[in-house]
Amino acid sequence: MAKIITKRRLNPTVTLMEVSAPLIAKKALPGQFIILRVDEKGERIPLTIADYDREKGTITIIFQKVGLTTELLDSLEEGDDILDFVGPLGRPTELEGVQKVAVVGGGVGCAIAYPQAKYLHEHGVAVDVIAGFRSKDIVILEEEFQAACDHFYLTTDDGSYGEKGLVTDKLKALIEAGNQYDAVIAIGPIIMMKFVCKTTEPYRIKTLVSLNPIMIDGTGMCGGCRVSVGGEVKFACVDGPDFDGHQVDFDELMTRNGAYKERETQVRRDHACRLLNQEVR
Amino acid sequence: MANMSPTKLPMPEQNPSVRNHNFQEVALGYTPEMAVEEAGRCLQCRKPLCVSGCPVNVHIPEFIAKVAEGDFQAAYAVIYQTNGLPAVSGRVCPQESQCEALCVRGKKGEPVAIGRLERFVADWYRENVAEKPEKPASNGVKVAVVGSGPAGLTCASDLGKLGYEVTIFEAFHTPGGVLVYGIPQFRLPKEIVLREVEGILDLGAQLSLNTVVGKTITIDELFDMGFRAVFVGSGAGLPMFMGIPGETLSGVYSANEFLTRVNLMKAYLDDYDTPIQKSRAVAVVGGGNVAMDAARCAKRLGAEHVYVVYRRGEAEMPARAEEIHHAKEEGIEFHLLNNPTKILSDGHGAVAGMECIRMELGEPDESGRRRPVEVPGSEFVLEVDTVIMSLGTTPNPLIRSTTPGLETNRKGCLIVQEDTMETTRKGVYAGGDAVTGAATVILAMGAGKKAAAAIHQALAD
Repeated sequence: MAKIITKRRLNPTVTLMEVSAPLIAKKALPGQFIILRVDEKGERIPLTIADYDREKGTITIIFQKVGLTTELLDSLEEGDDILDFVGPLGRPTELEGVQKVAVVGGGVGCAIAYPQAKYLHEHGVAVDVIAGFRSKDIVILEEEFQAACDHFYLTTDDGSYGEKGLVTDKLKALIEAGNQYDAVIAIGPIIMMKFVCKTTEPYRIKTLVSLNPIMIDGTGMCGGCRVSVGGEVKFACVDGPDFDGHQVDFDELMTRNGAYKERETQVRRDHACRLLNQEVR
Repeated sequence: MANMSPTKLPMPEQNPSVRNHNFQEVALGYTPEMAVEEAGRCLQCRKPLCVSGCPVNVHIPEFIAKVAEGDFQAAYAVIYQTNGLPAVSGRVCPQESQCEALCVRGKKGEPVAIGRLERFVADWYRENVAEKPEKPASNGVKVAVVGSGPAGLTCASDLGKLGYEVTIFEAFHTPGGVLVYGIPQFRLPKEIVLREVEGILDLGAQLSLNTVVGKTITIDELFDMGFRAVFVGSGAGLPMFMGIPGETLSGVYSANEFLTRVNLMKAYLDDYDTPIQKSRAVAVVGGGNVAMDAARCAKRLGAEHVYVVYRRGEAEMPARAEEIHHAKEEGIEFHLLNNPTKILSDGHGAVAGMECIRMELGEPDESGRRRPVEVPGSEFVLEVDTVIMSLGTTPNPLIRSTTPGLETNRKGCLIVQEDTMETTRKGVYAGGDAVTGAATVILAMGAGKKAAAAIHQALAD
């Protein structure tokens, strides 16, 4: 059991929770993830660690309501317990010897881009952050990012805030303007990561992506999280979740992640009753 | 005078055409009368060969004599001396190649149904005896057990009986390891596994769930916390795939994933949230017990056709004869001497079929089994929407990669001393699939037992 210490809504569909998990907080590093289960009949879902506080013994998770489990998780309040909370899983991000990086976050992916930027910034690396959102009303972590990087660029698809355009446009402009990045870290929707990689490929800039495929155990047992990287099958839970983006087969990942969409839609239709029942209980 | 019937008394089972639509247990177990009758077939050999075939040394003739007398509680006490999980082993042990293979009654006719009797005694005890075994006095010595599968539970049980303060660390949210995520409900009801675990906790063992040793906590830290020895029973690891085109299509599962969704996450029950593909036709690739489990689960989930595709013949299948027999009864279709060559896409990333090639058996290979050879030009397509790869596993890398001094062999299996199960790191013992690669429940139990004895000896000095 892991107690929710704070809960904060970052935008209408994205929530931040700081959870008490001292053993995990002691070990966690950027790039790693946890697996949680909300209730006895719930599924196990992976969430990347958004932040950790070793002294307080807490782990921060940020999630978007995209399915039944995240809806149920969002219905929990401060003081409630998350039934199962396991981690830290996966390998930490490996970025040794870099001097200057661009961290690119898309939508809720910014939640995971943020700890990366913060960690690198704290360790003396020059960090530019490009955070992209659909529109102004879903912008998250703006202040946090500003404190965790050298230059912060915010883009919206519709131009309602920051610069109008896609993160890839901004990234290309920065590279073209002469910024010498040793590495780019891209975290966001699969389609965004795919195009960030396409953008950096001609410049031969090392590009790391953080993948979030379907998983069950998160310890290398089920093989559900397999992705093709450089033509080889890798398991995101033990070999990743970070991979060399230029080697990842994103199209395949997109279909695999959509495997249960139909059922998910149906379940979400039914779940309103379940949330209601919980409230009655 | 012994009961001289040449055949085992059959054990009642659910009708195949009924049971392949439900997840209730296939075998229904002996009644007390049946058990007494079958126990009468044991000749009570003075030098019982059966015992030497048992990896955990159950005193077989002794317990069977008690069953014949109708003293089931005493029979349980005999089994429990050496076997901490009798309700489990009575169900999933391959008795036909162990104790029963050596039974003298088997020379003319069938051996005594030792497995069925063990199962009966364990079930009778669970259903009729409420009192808990007396908790042994603690000797104050802490031992850590990593993994709550058959190896870990057996090790914990044996050490618990000796008064050690055992803590079992489990990565999942439920204890039992493969007994819970792998072996299906209809072969081994999870309530029974839970009761066996509770029995071990009653001896004073602690259980730490959701704790991934190698990640949440390392073996070095366990020693720092005062544990004097560590037993690693972390089980099987990464599922193997064939390396053929199409294996990452959606609708292709490893047997581990498929079975975990069904068994641990209970995808077969509507009120659980974990999804599973609704399949019309399923191909299970492989010929072991896990393949049989996956095929029989797929059938129960409603697939019209479930095929087992195996590159050798039935005689070469590693699955127990009983499992193959049960699968056939339930309508599983066997495509033997066939090997998959690619999995076909429907154009949208899902499975539309599996291309196979026919095989014939050539000369024996290093395993002694005849090597399958492709028949050129014999490719054909099996129309399926789901493929389950059941090809075995390679050991989990999490512990070896975070524990200095722990050496593994070429395959990644932990290296241990055969007589003590001690690894290359002092005070760290290991057993089960983490050492052997995919093997049986009872071999894992035997390893846990051997390690417990060695740990006791090392710590008593």
